This record gives sequence, C-alpha cells and structure tokens, in this order.
Amino acid sequence: MNARFARVAAAAALAGTLGIGAASAQDTITIGELNSYKAIPAFLEPYQKGMELAVAEVNEAGGVLGRELRIVTRDDGANPGDAVRAAEELVTREGADVIAGTFLSNIGLAVSEYAKRRKVFFLASEPLTDKLTWDNGNRYTFRLRPSTYMQVAMLMDAAEASGAKRWALVYPNYEYGTSAAETFKQLLKERVPDAEIVTEQAPPLRGIDAGSVVQAIADSQPDGIFNALFAGDLSQFVREGQTRGLFDETAVVSLLTGEPEYLDPLGADTPTGWVVTGYPWSAIDTPEHAAFLAAYQDRFDTYPRLGSVVGYATIKSLAAGIEKAGSTDPEALVDAFEGLDVETPFGPITYRPSDHQSTMGAFVGHLDLVDGKGQMVDFRYVAGEDVLPAEDVVKALRPAD
Amino acid sequence: MSLLHVAGLTKHFGGVVALDGVGFTVEAGEVVALIGPNGAGKSTCFNLINGQLAPDAGGISFDGASIVGIGPRRLFRMGIGRTFQIAAVFQSMTVVENVQMALLSANREIFRFLRGVPRRRRGEALALLDRVGLAGEADRAARTLAYGDLKRLELAVALANRPRLLLMDEPAAGMAPQERADLVSLTRRVVDADGTAVLFTEHSMDVVFAFADRILVLAEGRLIAQGAPEAVRADPLVQAHYLGTTTDTEDGP
Amino acid sequence: MSLEALLFQGLNGLAQASTLFMVAAGLSLVFGVTRIVNLAHGSFMMLGLYAAWTLATSLGGALGFWGGIVVAALGVGLLGAVLEVAILRRLYRAPELFQLLSTFAILLVLNDLALFLWGPEDLLGPRAPGLSGAVTILDRRFPSYDLFLIAAGPLVLLALHLVVTRSRFGRLIRAATEDREMVGALGVNQALLFTAVFALAAALAGLGGALQLPRQPATLTLDLEVIADAFVVTVVGGMGSLPGAFLAAILIAEIKALCIAIGQVSVFGVALNLSKFTLVAEFVVMAVVLIVRPYGLLGRPPVHVREGGEPEAPLRPAGTPARIAAVAVLACLAALPLAATGSPYTLVLATDILIAVLFAASLHFIMGPAGLHSFGHAAYFGLGAYATAIAVTRLGLPMGPAMLIAPTAGGAGAALFGWFSVRLSGVYLAMLTLAFAQIVWSILYQWEGLTGGSNGIFGAWPAAPFDSRAGFYLLALGVTVAGLLALRTALFSPFGYAMRAGRDSPLRAEAIGIGVFRVHWLAFILAGVFAGLAGALFAFAKGSVSPEIASIAESVDGLAMVLLGGVHSLLGPIVGASVFTWLSDTVSRTTDYWRAALGGIILLIVLVQPGGIMGGVGALGRHLRRARP
Repeated sequence: MNARFARVAAAAALAGTLGIGAASAQDTITIGELNSYKAIPAFLEPYQKGMELAVAEVNEAGGVLGRELRIVTRDDGANPGDAVRAAEELVTREGADVIAGTFLSNIGLAVSEYAKRRKVFFLASEPLTDKLTWDNGNRYTFRLRPSTYMQVAMLMDAAEASGAKRWALVYPNYEYGTSAAETFKQLLKERVPDAEIVTEQAPPLRGIDAGSVVQAIADSQPDGIFNALFAGDLSQFVREGQTRGLFDETAVVSLLTGEPEYLDPLGADTPTGWVVTGYPWSAIDTPEHAAFLAAYQDRFDTYPRLGSVVGYATIKSLAAGIEKAGSTDPEALVDAFEGLDVETPFGPITYRPSDHQSTMGAFVGHLDLVDGKGQMVDFRYVAGEDVLPAEDVVKALRPAD
Repeated sequence: MSLLHVAGLTKHFGGVVALDGVGFTVEAGEVVALIGPNGAGKSTCFNLINGQLAPDAGGISFDGASIVGIGPRRLFRMGIGRTFQIAAVFQSMTVVENVQMALLSANREIFRFLRGVPRRRRGEALALLDRVGLAGEADRAARTLAYGDLKRLELAVALANRPRLLLMDEPAAGMAPQERADLVSLTRRVVDADGTAVLFTEHSMDVVFAFADRILVLAEGRLIAQGAPEAVRADPLVQAHYLGTTTDTEDGP
Repeated sequence: MSLEALLFQGLNGLAQASTLFMVAAGLSLVFGVTRIVNLAHGSFMMLGLYAAWTLATSLGGALGFWGGIVVAALGVGLLGAVLEVAILRRLYRAPELFQLLSTFAILLVLNDLALFLWGPEDLLGPRAPGLSGAVTILDRRFPSYDLFLIAAGPLVLLALHLVVTRSRFGRLIRAATEDREMVGALGVNQALLFTAVFALAAALAGLGGALQLPRQPATLTLDLEVIADAFVVTVVGGMGSLPGAFLAAILIAEIKALCIAIGQVSVFGVALNLSKFTLVAEFVVMAVVLIVRPYGLLGRPPVHVREGGEPEAPLRPAGTPARIAAVAVLACLAALPLAATGSPYTLVLATDILIAVLFAASLHFIMGPAGLHSFGHAAYFGLGAYATAIAVTRLGLPMGPAMLIAPTAGGAGAALFGWFSVRLSGVYLAMLTLAFAQIVWSILYQWEGLTGGSNGIFGAWPAAPFDSRAGFYLLALGVTVAGLLALRTALFSPFGYAMRAGRDSPLRAEAIGIGVFRVHWLAFILAGVFAGLAGALFAFAKGSVSPEIASIAESVDGLAMVLLGGVHSLLGPIVGASVFTWLSDTVSRTTDYWRAALGGIILLIVLVQPGGIMGGVGALGRHLRRARP
C-alpha cells in the first residue's frame, strides 16, 4: 500500500514538474498531506490506508462540490525545516487547496505557523501538543485528534479511583511527555489534594535505560504510576517492569497504550490491569464503527489501528468542511470549520469555534491478556467535549488573531 | 658577550640522564657543529635550546637574555631561525608563497584579512629565493620540488627574518653527496654574507668538517670535547667514542 | 536513597555497559589498525540485532535464540569482511575524510537495506530461553539475563586481551596499531590482516547488537544512536585501547544509572530532574575527559601524524574567464524570480539551497584550509537561528538587528567551544566538537522557558520587503554571496594563508612566528559567525526553529555536502550543498530509499573520483588542457 501511495506521489510530482498539475486543479480538489511516514511507520501506514478508504468513499459518492478529491502525500523527514518546505511545495507546485497531516508536535506547530503566515487552511490530524490549539493557536489551524490534555484528563477518574497517593511519573523527555506530566500533576492536585509525586523519570525519547528507570521507580515505592511512554520505549519499560515485579502491587494509568499501534507489539508482555487510553477496535459495538470496520477490512485485509481512524476522519472532515464552505477558499473554509459537525467511526464530532479542537474522544479501559495478546476490556468512550475546558477558558489561552 | 650561552644544561627522562651539565657558547657569526654518537644527547640538547623541551637544570641565554621555556614563536621574534631534519614547508603553497608567509609573519602582517597574499611582499620573497638559487622555481607548487630544493626553500624561509642565530637540525640528512656539498657551500655563503651564527647537529662528518668553524662533541650526556675541527679530529677521547663511525654511510638518525 | 538502591543501580549500569563495550571495542580495533573512522560501525550492531530477531522468531526456542545470536554475529562479521574487500580496501591510501565519507555512504545504504529487509516497524525480540526470569539480590528482583550480560562484557574483554597479547594475529594487530610501516616491512600480508580485523570488529558489533535482543527493539535509528555512543566510549577510553573502552563504557553507563537513580534533586532551591540529564550525559563526560586528557583515559598521543593523501594544489586567484562566468551565474540567479513567476516553489527550494551553501561554505572554511574537521558545526547554525528567533519573537527586535545577533551568537559559541577544540586534532577534535554540539542541542531541547523546548520557537517571519518569496530569496542570495565573498577574501589574505600554514606544517608555522592556535581559533570563530548567519536566514525562511537544526544529523549533512563537493576546492561546498539539497528534495519525493541512492552516489564519487565533484571537474580540466596540442 505504501508503495502504491509512493507511486501516486511520484506521478503527481512528475505531473507537477511538467506543469500538468495546474490544469487538473479545475476538476479536482487537492489535499496536500505531509507526515513523518518513514520515522513513525507504525502509526502512519494505517493512517494512510484510512485516508485512502475515505477518499475512495467520497469520490464514489460523487466527490465534493462535484469535484474529485485527490491526495498528494509528502514525507516531512521528521524535520520541521523540511516539513515547511514540503508544505510550500504542496501549496505552490501541487496546487494543494488545503494541507493536512503531521504527527510530531514540533512539525505540527511549524506547519501551523506556516499556514498562518501564508493563510492556508491546515488540518492537523495527529500532533498532540496543547499548544497547537491553545498557546500557539491560529485562525487557519484546526486539530482532529484529542490533545495531550484531553487524554490525560480521560485517565483522571481511574487515577482518583485507584486510591493511590504516592505517584511516580514516567514520560519521554520532550514536549509531549513533559506537558502530559504537568497536566497530570495539575489535575491530580485538584482531585486528590493529599497525593504526592515520589519520582519523575524522563528518559530520552527512543533511548530509555529501562532497567535503571524501572529500578528507580521501584525504589521510590509508589502506589501509583502515570506513564506516557510509547512505542519502543514502552516495550522495554514494560518488559523490565514485569521482570522486576514493578507493576505487581501498583496501580498504573497510561497514555496511548491501548492503541493497537503500541499495544500489539507488547504481545504476551501486555501488563494486565493498566488503565489506558486507546482504541479497542474489535469490541466497539456502534453502527458507525461497524460500517467503517467492515469497509476497512474488506479493502485492506487487515484490521484498523487508531491511525486508520484518524486518517479516515481527517479526509471526512475536510470533505464535510469544503462541502459546507462551498469552496476551497481558506477564509470560507475556516468559517465553515468553526462549529463543523462530522460523522466519524467514533460517532459525531464537532470542531469547536473557540479553539479549533475537534471533540473526537478516545476509549478508556483496562488492559487484559486474551490468547497471548493484549486487549482493552471494560472500556468506555470518553467524548472530547467531556474533558475539554470550557470555551471561554480556552479563549483566554489563545493569542488574538 | 656570546650570542648564545649555555651553562649546566641538565635533563632527565624518567631515571635516565639524557644531558648532564652541558655548557658552551656560540659567538656572533660563528658556525658551530654539535655532534655525537646516537643517544649522546644531541637531540635533547637541541630541543632544549629551541624550546621544545624544558631543562631540569641549567641556563640558556641568547644575546644576554634567558630563553629557557620560551616557545618557537618568540624565539623567531628574537632572531633565532630554524630548519628541520625533515624539511618542513607549506605543501599547499607555491615556493614564493612559502617565503612570503615568513616575511609577512616577520612584519606582523598575519592578521590581515583583505588584500591577498599574492600581492604582498612578493619582490622581497623573490630576492630571498634568488639568494638560494630558487628564483626560477618561484611559482611552482612546493610539494613538487626535489628534496634538495626543499632544503634550499627552507633555508630561504629561515632567513626571511634576518636571524642572528640559525638552528639547523641535521641540515644534510637524506641527501645525496653532491647535493649535500652544494647545500653546505650555499649555506656557508649566505650566513657569512649576513653574519648569521649557526648551531647545527649532523651525522655525516664530511658536512661537519666542511661547514663548521668549531665542533662540540657530546657523549653520554656530557660535553667531552670542543674546538676547531682539526683539534677535535685528533682528540683521543673523541676517537674512542667515534671508532669506525666517521664514514659517510652514517646518515640515519 | 539507600545504599542498597545505589549498589543495585550499579548492577544495572554494568549490564548496560556490556553491549556498549563490545561495539566500541570493534570500533577501536579498526581505528587502531586501519586508521579508518568507521561511521558504519553502528550499522553492524543494528544488523546484528535485526538478524538475531529474525533467527529467534523464525526458528524459535532456545536454539533459535542462542544459536541465532551466534549466527547473527558471524553473519555480520562476514558482511564486514565483504565490505572491507569490496570498498574500504581501495581507500586506505585516500585522505581520511574520504574514508569517512565512504563509511557514511555505507551507513546510508545499510540503513535502507534494513528498511527493505525488515520494514520500518520496531521489532522487540523474545525473552531469553532459560534466562527469562529474575533473581533476588539485595531484596530486589534483578533480571537473570542482565547478570549474564554483566559477565559477558568482561569475558569478551578477556578473550580479546588474550588474542591481542598471546597470538600471532594479536601481535600483528599491535604492531599495526603502533606503526603501520613496520607491518609492511615484516612481510605481512597487510590486506589479509586488515580484512580479518575488520571482520572481527564487525562481528563484535553484531554480537553486541544480537545480545540486546530481549532488552531493546530493533529500530532503524539504532545505527546513528549507537555509533554516537560507541564513538564516545572509544574516545573517552582512548582510541585503540581496549581496556580504555571497557573502562569508559562502565563509566558512562554508571553515570547514567546514577542520574536515573538520583532523579529529582534540588540545587540552591532549583528543582532539577537528573533523569533528563541522561539525554546528554555521555557527551558531557566526553567533553570533560577530552578537555582534561586530550587523548582519552588510557589513550596515548598518536605516534606519527598521518599524511592525508595528495595535498591540495596552491590557491590561484580567479582569472578573467572565471570572473565573467561568476558574474553571469550571479546575474542568472538574481533574475530567477522573474523566470520563476509561474513556479514559486523554485524560489523556495533555491532559498533553501542558498542557506545550505552558506552553511557548507562556513564549515569548509575550517575543514579544508584549516584542517579542522568539525563534527558539530550545526551547533553554530542552530545558535544563530535560535538567537534570531528569540530576538524577533521574545525581544520584539526588528529584522535587521535580529539578523545581526545571529552571527554574534554563532561566533560567541564557536569562541567558547573552539577554545577547547582547536587544541586537539584529528578524531579527537571531531569528537569534542560533536560533544559540544550535542550539549548545545540538549540545551535547546530542554530549556523550555527560553527555547520552547523540543517544539522550538514560532513566528520569526521576515519584514517587508523581504516577506514575499522573491524578496526573501533575493535577501538570501545577497547575504550568501556576500558571505561567500568574505570567506573567499579571507582565504586569500595573509590570515587565510596562515590557516593553511598551520594545517600544512604546525612546526614550520610556529618556527616562523605564526601562532597556529590563535589563527585556527579565530578561523573557528569566523566559521561560527557565518554558520550563525546561515542560521538566521533559516529562521526567517521557515518562520520557526526547532532543536533538529543543531542535531548530529544536521552536522553530518553539512559534512556530506562539503565532502561531496570536494574539500580542496573553494567551489566544492557550493556545488556540494546545491547537489545535496537538490538531490534530497527531488529523490526523496520519488523513492522511500533515497538515502541508499544518495549513499550509492557518494560511493561512486569516492571510488571513481576521490576529490569530490569539484575534484573531478578539476581533473577533467587538467586532462583537457594537457590534451590540447
């Protein structure tokens, strides 16, 4: 699939070079999409599939405003400088009407800054940083996925219910991790005033010395652990923690761990009992998800990951927004997106006018081991609006346009 | 007052005494050879004078001022020039540029950033090259020179600051006999014309006897003899140490 | 914290040190014998881990796991031998930098090979059969596999020590390490010795990687991470010293374990989280060691300085045809906005190329003429970019002053770090500059209040009339051309000649009164100034800065640009940066394997034309002139 997209992208690039792109812009709507495909493949390959499915559905239903949707993807090389150039290329050479995508927070923010500067509509699909919609929010940027703040907030009920008072925090040493930890500390103080933080471990991203970190946490004798590690760091942390018995007596609440992208690689190591945010794709019992699941499995012969849902909902959001705006004019699009309602596999979502954050939520549940594989059980869907601060609160966080 | 005055020079390496209370003088305009069998302490003595090593005891003064612990850069400014056993020139420059660099440094024009080197002090440099017989090679790359010409170039470079003392470490090492003779006579001519004193070490005795006004003989870290060439040649102590080593084949370090 | 906890963390550190030592030992051996700085060494570790994963998961069981580790190590050793025979053998007489460039190319190719064979996802191996549990020590559970690792490190050291001291092979290794000419004189088949050492080193790295199977997922970023760590260990221990590498591996692993163990501390009322220090701990250790002991803990000064192949030709001022050509090219570049009205992206790409050219030229200024091979030049680019971004967004300065702050910041950083680095030479200088760059990077990465942390700073856009694409392109063109002219003028001036003098023969330079340290230090500062200026252009071109611009990858890109163009040509960095940037933009859009393509091109250039692109053009020119009747 990746190869097919690469070919499409290559053909598009060639067409652009030869000046064919401009002519075809009349009957198509071009979505310029950029992402760290090579750096974050576990999330982004399913994401690409999700986009492809949505584009196919939209075009089969007659396109948007009577025009076909076309995606041109670019790899941003996991580098903000290259990402801005890729965005420029998508807009100026490919004639992209809107830009979308990005996974890493710093890249999302850099492209958002570019969008503001060049007055281009940008739908950030995945980056989690709160700054994207709050401190650094701008008129032209919207975000689909629930932010760090929202995902941490979703775990607070479980954190409070666990009764733990001595908390250890472990998170990757970059903005996502530090802001997740800050949010957790702030919300914990509100909910459990007598709780204390006994240790904070912030290993480098992709560079954890898991044995030492696990030991340091164990030595601080916590009764609760808040984890924001993911991917390879998470696998190492979990394995060491289990070998050393860290999780035996300790309540753990954990960000993102229930997402198939990160849960599946844990396999038999899956730590049972953790309370996590994620996407229990096989057990969600709603008509909109069932339809998505069937279409996805039918097309790709594999199960969806969270990335698939995000990619799918990104395209569906753009289609809905452009339809509502009646054109691809950025100003009209921004106005249309403010308060836009979109149907997604997770149910209806709304893009809030106040901070341009969608109300897409996530599932919160316990981890369990079923047939040697990790699974989320006893889960519930937490909608975005239930964990987002009120609109007037966030308005104060955003700079004036 | 002597130009160079060395007294009680002593140097140990670990427990080994490399140099033990050596003292001598070099007068202005005089050419002095420092010889001795391998391990006699020649190199140590030379490196103490040129500032590469620090003595454990003893004094070295140049023109009345102590130069113990003074690095090569200041020695250059004081009027002490050097040539190396293996000719050291700037390989990436032309012949004349090598000399220009020495002239620019002598005139404290190194930290200039605008006008290019090709248009600075070229005439002076060509005149110096003419003195060593390299004027015709001025614009060749230094790395393409024959070894004998490299030695001449080094001499021209060393003379750029009009030194009063020239320290030459085995000036004839690695050269064929005829080249050697040419270089020696050239050097003698040039230093005589300028009144430059020379202190040199050397293995090959034909160079020593053709070139030196006076000879210092080191053995086992001590100065065992000094004097005019003929007197040194006749010295029984020297003969004892040098038995069978005065042939031309002893070129190696 | 209790003493038991501290002791226990000591054990964790030892387990971590074992792999580090094995990889570093190989690097050290290869450098000792062949004098090649092998950037692809980390790739061997990565491939060892991938291969072990495949064998363990496909065969399964104890045989698959333990047998897989052995087979993986041997296989990687074989690969090392093949690469040595096919590529490196042709390069022993080439200048050090071309060897470096070709091992970098091998790194790129091997990385994409791993992508092709194993795909992009992280692969964590199974637990070790027989050693999957834990034993109780000091009331704590310690993984039994880690105990095995703690023993494995010293065992490998002992085995290597026996080989080096007792066998004929070992005597040859020592002889070659101490004096290369002697080996030739002994009548040893030097080619065979080098191949064997290279294979042994690759196998050690492969073993180190394979042994991480149950502890660490195989990922495509391992090669660069590991090579950085291995270099640190090797250099801290002293290049060529196996016990030194062992000592350094333990030192670094223990310092990290200690930082993690201590965790949160309060110094003078400021809360510090020492676990965050692990991000940069090894580089801080390396910087301190190299400042205090310039040849590492157990290293000795190099016996004799190696001649770097054929030295460059003398500088010649440009003749009239060249001047006319330069003016014509400049005129074309200045007219580009008119020609590119229909495709504004051309200007965007051209602006990025101009910035890369200025950056590469500033690096070339010290790498070529001064012979200072900086591996951390991105630090000064990053300092300049951040200074500008901070000036604009936080201090509210207008564009002009903000652009002037950048060279000041780059120069100030270079003055500080250069003062320590310029005293060293060769690999040690390269590694100290790298360490400083990593320290700069980690400060940019972690000082949220000033630098915005990992996200960076946003909103540094140029003011009118430079706010349009064409306007900014012309500004970048003006600044870059002015910078190139300034650097070129400096190279022809007495100062520039003195830089080369200090590189050609420090002995002679000092003997004619040139202070080599002062000259090279100032050169380093000037290079920092112009790198900072390029950084300022970058900040305005992108509107944002983030720590990536001061990362190892950025420094390595700069090196690749300079070497690609040719280090001994003043046009080299211009051509190299243009080709590199254009290639990465174009090729990366059409294939996932663009790094391998780039590596292949580099290898081709190095093997066919080891003077870089401009070296090739120069050789062609000489050939044509000779052919003329």
